[in-house]
Order: sequence, then structure tokens, then C-alpha cells
Amino acid sequence: MCERVPEGNARHRSGTRDPGLQPERTRLAWRRTTLTCAVAASLAGRQTLSSGTGPLPLLGLALVVLAWLAFLGAAHRRIRTMDAPRPPALSPRAAVVAVACVLAMTLFGAATLR
Amino acid sequence: MSGPRPSRGALSEVRLWFAPDRLRAEGRTPDYRFSLANERTFLAWLRTAMALVGGGFAVDQFLTDTTRPLRIALALVLLAGGALCALRAINHWIRCERAMRRGEDLPSSRFPVVLGLAVGVVALGMVLVVAFGWGV
Repeated sequence: MCERVPEGNARHRSGTRDPGLQPERTRLAWRRTTLTCAVAASLAGRQTLSSGTGPLPLLGLALVVLAWLAFLGAAHRRIRTMDAPRPPALSPRAAVVAVACVLAMTLFGAATLR
Repeated sequence: MSGPRPSRGALSEVRLWFAPDRLRAEGRTPDYRFSLANERTFLAWLRTAMALVGGGFAVDQFLTDTTRPLRIALALVLLAGGALCALRAINHWIRCERAMRRGEDLPSSRFPVVLGLAVGVVALGMVLVVAFGWGV
């Protein structure tokens, strides 16, 4: 961490300073993972509609969107806990939710492979 | 696949996924920066899993010139790889977290090598299909 960062960024709200900006890097990691999840969800959603727009494909699309929203929620909750000088470790439950969303998306998309 | 430890420990690791208190009962809480670094590694593996899953869907949707069995096979390999990668991500995260709490060495893993080789093979297959028209 030899690069210099602006004073405002390096200093945390509570006044303690983490020179490695670990909470911020972790926050951004959750953000870009949510973005990647959105890309995968778009492809999965497109996949569910590949067999038409009947009730079943639409249900698949709804489940894919729901899985992405669940991931977004988990990421948001985790990001809120990052706003502390020493954030607590990730809980296994949040990790399980994140992985379950990916698996759900995979399943709903795979069920509609042409 | 994710380490030298036999499957005896695998089940207890899966139980750890759903029992945050049991993880906290192990050893001492490490420096929060180490836990956050472990978390970012977990997220990076999760993104890898999502990329594989997205690639699987992309194969099925955009390689429309290939025969159906080949396309489905390629898509399923990528989807299964993505699912495996996601499961391994959380397993490795929890093993690293536990090792840090216990003050042990971090677990070693053959998974990155296996995944790298598998992705190389699939990529080669895609080149043969797309560029040279095999299986079209």
C-alpha cells in the first residue's frame, strides 16, 4: 500500500485509519460481484425465455430475478456492516445465501437448455 | 479435490456453513484484515463461478450453428464447473477462516490447477468448434 490516498478517503468516519483500506476494498468487491451476478442473471433470464413466453418460462424468469434480488440483499446487508472501523468477519449464513443464489440461477437456467 | 484432508472432514465443514457459532467457538478471532482478505478471495472465486455459469448460458444461446448434443454438452460442462466452483468457494473460505482462528497453516488446494486445466481444455474445444467448424 505505497500509493498515496486523499486524506478524506484514508480517514474513516470514526477517526481510526486503515492504511490498507480493507473495508472499502471489501465493499467494492461485493459491488462488483453483484454486477457480475447481474450479468449472469441476464443470461440466465434470457435462457429461460428461449422456449417462448408461456407461464413456465415466465416463472423461471421470475425465479432468476428473485435469486439476483436475494444476492443484492445479502450484498447490501454485508456492505452496511463494512461501515465500521473494524468490521466483523463475514457470517457463514451470508456466504451460504450468496452461493445458493448462484446455484439457483444455474439450475433455473439449466432446466431450460434448448 | 480441495485439499489433502480426506472426506472425513468434508461433512463437518458443511455443518460449519450453517453453524456460525461453531465457527466462532474455534480458536481466537484473527486480525479483521485477514478475515476481510479471505472474504474478498471468496468473492473472487464466486465471480469466477458466475463467469463460468454465464459462459454456459452464452454457449447455448449464441453457438447456434453447432449440433445440439455438442452445444448442450459444452453448456452443461461450463454450468457444472460453475456450480462446483461456487461450492468450492464457500468450502475453501470456511476452511481458511477456521485455519486462521486456530493459528494453523492455510489449507493447500489442487483446485486452481484442475480448474485452469479444465478451462484450457474447454477453450480449446470452443476454438475447434467455432474457428474450424468441428461438430457443425
